[in-house]
Amino acid sequence: MSSSSVLIQFLNGLAGASSLFMVAAGLSLIFGVTRVVNFAHGSLYMLGMYLAVWLAERVGFWAAVPLAAVAVGVIGALAEISVLRRIYKAPELLQLLATFALLLLIKDFALWAWGPEDMLGPRAPGFTGAVEIAGGAFPQYDLLLIILGPVVLGFLYLVLKKTRWGILVRAATEDREMAGALGVNQRWLFTGVFALGALLAGLGGALQIPREPASLNIDLSVISDAFVVVVIGGLGSIPGAFLAALLIAEAKAFCIGLGYSQATLVIEFVIMAAVLVVRPWGLLGRMPVLARPGTAEPPFARPSLRLRWTLAIVAAALALLPVVSGGYTLVLLTDMLIFALFAASLHFIMGPGGMYSFGHAAYFGLGAYAAGMLVLREKFPMELALALAPFAAGFAALVFGWFCVRLSGVYSAMLTLAFAQIAWSAVFQWDALTGGSNGMVGVWPAPWLSSKPAYYFLTLLVCASGIIFLWRMIYSPFGHALRAARDSPLRAEASGIDVRATQWEAFAIAGLAAGVAGALYAFSKGSISPEALGIQRSVDGLVMVMLGGIQTLSGPVWGAALFTWLQDAAARNVDYWRAATGIVILALVLVLPRGVGSLLQARQ
Amino acid sequence: MLELRRLNAGYGRAQVLFDFELALGAGEVVALLGRNGAGKSTALKTVMGLLQAVSGEVRFENKSIKNLPSYQIARHGLGYVPEERRIFADLTIAENLEVGRRPPRDGAPHWTPEKLFDLFPNLGRMQARRGGHMSGGEQQMLAIARTLMGNPSAILLDEPFEGLAPLIVESVAATIRELKREGLSVLLCEQNLRYARLVADRVCIIEKGRLCHAGSMSELDTNPSLLQRYLSV
Repeated sequence: MSSSSVLIQFLNGLAGASSLFMVAAGLSLIFGVTRVVNFAHGSLYMLGMYLAVWLAERVGFWAAVPLAAVAVGVIGALAEISVLRRIYKAPELLQLLATFALLLLIKDFALWAWGPEDMLGPRAPGFTGAVEIAGGAFPQYDLLLIILGPVVLGFLYLVLKKTRWGILVRAATEDREMAGALGVNQRWLFTGVFALGALLAGLGGALQIPREPASLNIDLSVISDAFVVVVIGGLGSIPGAFLAALLIAEAKAFCIGLGYSQATLVIEFVIMAAVLVVRPWGLLGRMPVLARPGTAEPPFARPSLRLRWTLAIVAAALALLPVVSGGYTLVLLTDMLIFALFAASLHFIMGPGGMYSFGHAAYFGLGAYAAGMLVLREKFPMELALALAPFAAGFAALVFGWFCVRLSGVYSAMLTLAFAQIAWSAVFQWDALTGGSNGMVGVWPAPWLSSKPAYYFLTLLVCASGIIFLWRMIYSPFGHALRAARDSPLRAEASGIDVRATQWEAFAIAGLAAGVAGALYAFSKGSISPEALGIQRSVDGLVMVMLGGIQTLSGPVWGAALFTWLQDAAARNVDYWRAATGIVILALVLVLPRGVGSLLQARQ
Repeated sequence: MLELRRLNAGYGRAQVLFDFELALGAGEVVALLGRNGAGKSTALKTVMGLLQAVSGEVRFENKSIKNLPSYQIARHGLGYVPEERRIFADLTIAENLEVGRRPPRDGAPHWTPEKLFDLFPNLGRMQARRGGHMSGGEQQMLAIARTLMGNPSAILLDEPFEGLAPLIVESVAATIRELKREGLSVLLCEQNLRYARLVADRVCIIEKGRLCHAGSMSELDTNPSLLQRYLSV
């Protein structure tokens, strides 16, 4: 690589950093004051792109960019007033779920408004050419972006340091209760901060339209990048976001420049791992002053006699069902069983573990893909593939979990989503191995299992054993240690429990179980597509667990059955399934935070 | 000025205050005395809206302020200086004051940073210093000054002398007397009778969340059995 191309790559990196910085700064700002991690922040960026492209055709590029940014700011303020304001005092998980629901709503809104095709933006008038730098051509517009990043950083610095509003924002970031006792009305401060953060995301998106088309997948790729940036830079630190955005963008630019474009996904990991080992709170972040106390949950009751009998009868009925029914009912029931195991594995992390997994489909999908690859590429017999595939998922859970258990609360929630997104892009892009967007076909079970009832029996056996195994784990010494670590990490440590190791192990177990579900799923469908580990599947899992209630034992099973049935009944009739899920999540969060199961309990 | 009637409050299921009563007259300095854990801080936090009252009444200048959001209570002219001071460590002294600034209010002294720097010359000399880089005494001064920026007509001080060197104690006490001269009403919590004696006109004694004595400072001196009963450890 010559010195001139080094310079060009360096400049490419700087240009890429600008938009990334704007999104991450907005995310950081919002978190600092409201303590809410906005999962919909990438969606606001996407909205900024679409709006800018749409407006550019009507009012021209230069008017469209600020207009789109302001519009996104207004949308952010409305979302804050209508949804987030109600849940600032709710548990962290519900807040994360609510912003997750916004993500789904915005995605389907964009689909409805602008259709599924990518939308190409115009070039920026006056900045269409290239300048010669060190013998190479470099786009003028990219130079403009390079300047805009630091300009926005400087603007934010001035607003936060020199205006009364900025001083109040910083005071509320530090101690919002005290700010309130001094007469500061937090409501409007929060709304203002949310609007500014949203505006920054919208601006980042709008400025990006001459470089890449607006597409429906951009929200998740941007949010996972932004998460990685704030984890590296330190959540709440704007200069940290700038530094980390530069670091990531430069690293990616050089990977592409050197011809290793596949390495861009890995490089983020490597940087993040290195930073987290040395500085667990990010480059410029600060250790949280108040270590979040554990959330002491009421202990899981031993399964009552009634529940045991109910489950036994359900199991017996399920086992006898093929005698009286067949065909489609069996297919649906097979799905329900698989998702019950999937939901139970997610519940294992979230309920007894008290940790987050916003990307649980990664393990499900990796289990499915591993099964497919073992059968199709390695010509393994199906039975062996089914037995081995979950270990691929378990291995991934070990790797991802290593990071996640090192971070607390929202940090690990962000990482789980980022990891799932990275796993998804890897599968999506690695055509040669995974079949890319087409996926794999011809993943069929062995002949003796190929009839529907036979496969149904296999699923029933495997899933029921898996679920019972997970439930037994909850009441084992390991499960007690896990729950102790959730309820009071410090006290658990002091009584000899290795909290990290315990949680790490739980991650791996849950990943393994999800992998079993994924492998079963692959053979039941005969094909695998990247949707198997897409974000939608992770969301489905979360809704199932939420439906059933997080702190109940059998909740995930009922939740999975209900959800799978609803999806089967409704998905064919509802065009905007994602938005519908989003509304269900919002309703659950705002109205029924303890799950459908809580309704039954309340009545007893 | 400030009146608490049959107030019941606490943390979740753990009730701390039981039918607690207290009155603070205009221009008066009242010390709320009690042992550790008697419910002094809880009373102030409940008045300030930082804890929810279960039942009872809190009236300030003849308006009910019970369970209002704390920013509204502050805007009614009730200032609060917490025990831990809660200085914004990342903000400079001048910025800390800015957070507390509210428009002037009728019937209450109007404070500006300049006036406060006259009252606390130490703070005036280091306006650009960060809150985190100050001594305990300086932080206590800043916490009081910051609350005064809201131009309150009454302030609640939670153990303002705690952890201060004897010399600083005297200067904080002088400040409180100065505030009284300016017309402010002051309610302060204290464990130490000696400190309370420096500033208070009246004392209320709280034990196990109930008011068990209210009277003048001098009455307490003439009746040692009260001290014996409620305050000796």
